[in-house]
Amino acid sequence: MDYKDFINQDTEWLKGTGPSANIVMSSRVRLARNLDKVPFSNWADKGRLEDVLVAVKDAALSTGGLKNALFVRLKDLSEVDRLFLVERHLMSPEHAENVDYKAVVVDPKEIISVMINEEDHLRIQVLLSGSNLRECWKIADSLDTELSKKLAFAYSAKWGYLTACPTNTGTGLRGSVMLHLPALVFTGQIGKILQAIAKLGLNIRGLYGEGTDATGNIFQISNQVAMGITEEETIDNIERISNQVVSREDSTRKTILTKNKEALVDRISRALGTLKSAHIITSSETITLLSAIRLGVDLGIVKTMDRRTVNELFLLTQPAHLQELDGRPLNANERDVKRADLIRSKLK
Amino acid sequence: MFCEVCGKKEATVHLTEIINDKVTKLNLCEDCAKDKGTEMEEHFGLNDLLAGLADLGSTTEPELLEKVKCPSCGFTYQDFKKVGRLGCGDCYETFKKQLGTLLKRIHGADRHTGKIPLMVGKTVKDTRNLQDLKARMEKAIQTEDFEEAARLRDKVKEIEKKGKEPA
Ligand SMILES: [Zn+2]
Ligand SMILES: [Zn+2]
Repeated sequence: MDYKDFINQDTEWLKGTGPSANIVMSSRVRLARNLDKVPFSNWADKGRLEDVLVAVKDAALSTGGLKNALFVRLKDLSEVDRLFLVERHLMSPEHAENVDYKAVVVDPKEIISVMINEEDHLRIQVLLSGSNLRECWKIADSLDTELSKKLAFAYSAKWGYLTACPTNTGTGLRGSVMLHLPALVFTGQIGKILQAIAKLGLNIRGLYGEGTDATGNIFQISNQVAMGITEEETIDNIERISNQVVSREDSTRKTILTKNKEALVDRISRALGTLKSAHIITSSETITLLSAIRLGVDLGIVKTMDRRTVNELFLLTQPAHLQELDGRPLNANERDVKRADLIRSKLK
Repeated sequence: MFCEVCGKKEATVHLTEIINDKVTKLNLCEDCAKDKGTEMEEHFGLNDLLAGLADLGSTTEPELLEKVKCPSCGFTYQDFKKVGRLGCGDCYETFKKQLGTLLKRIHGADRHTGKIPLMVGKTVKDTRNLQDLKARMEKAIQTEDFEEAARLRDKVKEIEKKGKEPA
């Protein structure tokens, strides 16, 4: 299997399955680790970077969970290919820059990925569909333990895992959930919720764009601190807060459905109409309209498609995915046409 | 209030010390507190109890510290200030004074309580025990439960002695 084949499969985090999948799109755990006695990636010379790359590759590919994983050196990839992996959340946007000694290890199901020589030597990431943070942590934890039998990690008894950025020092863990919150945005409650979450020591931000007008009504909640708190406590915190937001979104959806159904149906139907008839459409308009369709599917208003298809469209309409589908580079105008074509063919 | 040792400078550091189960309170200036700190560390390993001392390193000798280089990677604290990232794991030891304060500000805590890697398992568990005991001792002193503090101090001594014996 080649990473290019990913385009023909549903990436795990967009499967639309798992607990609370109508609101929680995906869950992710990321662990930052560094090799002991080796300068961090941004400060190491070329020789050391190559050593790290080879050592982590060998260790990763010989662990149970990653035996059949793909190993990709980023300098062997075109810019579009790299962006393709970023859009699939298999690596960070930062990882796609200055790629000389960078690589990524991805399991064929796209659940686990290990970035090599991001700002830390290893960024272990586990992504699952739905509200599944605990399971993500379980997988990441055991992979980390496996890797630690082969690699000595930089660690201090007092401060835990030592990372390039002091904000990650401690557990090196960043847990996050991606929530689709159209009803809370529609009713204007989202502002208060953003404030409340920030006060609880968690981060919340839009997946596409910032603040309350996050395109597509997709928000990401994650932990802010990594020291003085265990991994389990961190996961619990995020999950607890996330569950509260989810139940608020859920009840608001029901309220709108009983009190304001016509306005809701109108909005969703118009979105569907636009997507079905557009011949030129931008990425941002697409995301906004798909958010409405997804709500329609979740509430049983749109019956002609399922959640999986909507999720698939979220991904396939992104710039690099369109270009991979077409097999050639496209400029922004060409992409807008291609995007509209693709959507019309999927919504027929 | 003036410093109880030199009697010249303003006392900004307030210490509580336990010597032979007797509690002594000391009000010191930063310079004398620093000397005292070294002394106490030698005697009791109680450096952690020096209130307000975490910042001393950075407030008393900023210029000197700026020039300190990490022996493993050559990074300076100045470099860190510039890029917001550290050079290697050993930088944490090199710049522990400044980083201790910073980590506490970032995380609201300066002690890892999470996962312990397999390789260092046992020694880390001992160290964490020690840290816990010291933290509890600190709390006991704050709440003026000196009996408990003395008991905990004995335990700390015991563990520290054990650690020094050849395995
Ligand atoms: Zn003095
Ligand atoms: Zn260093």
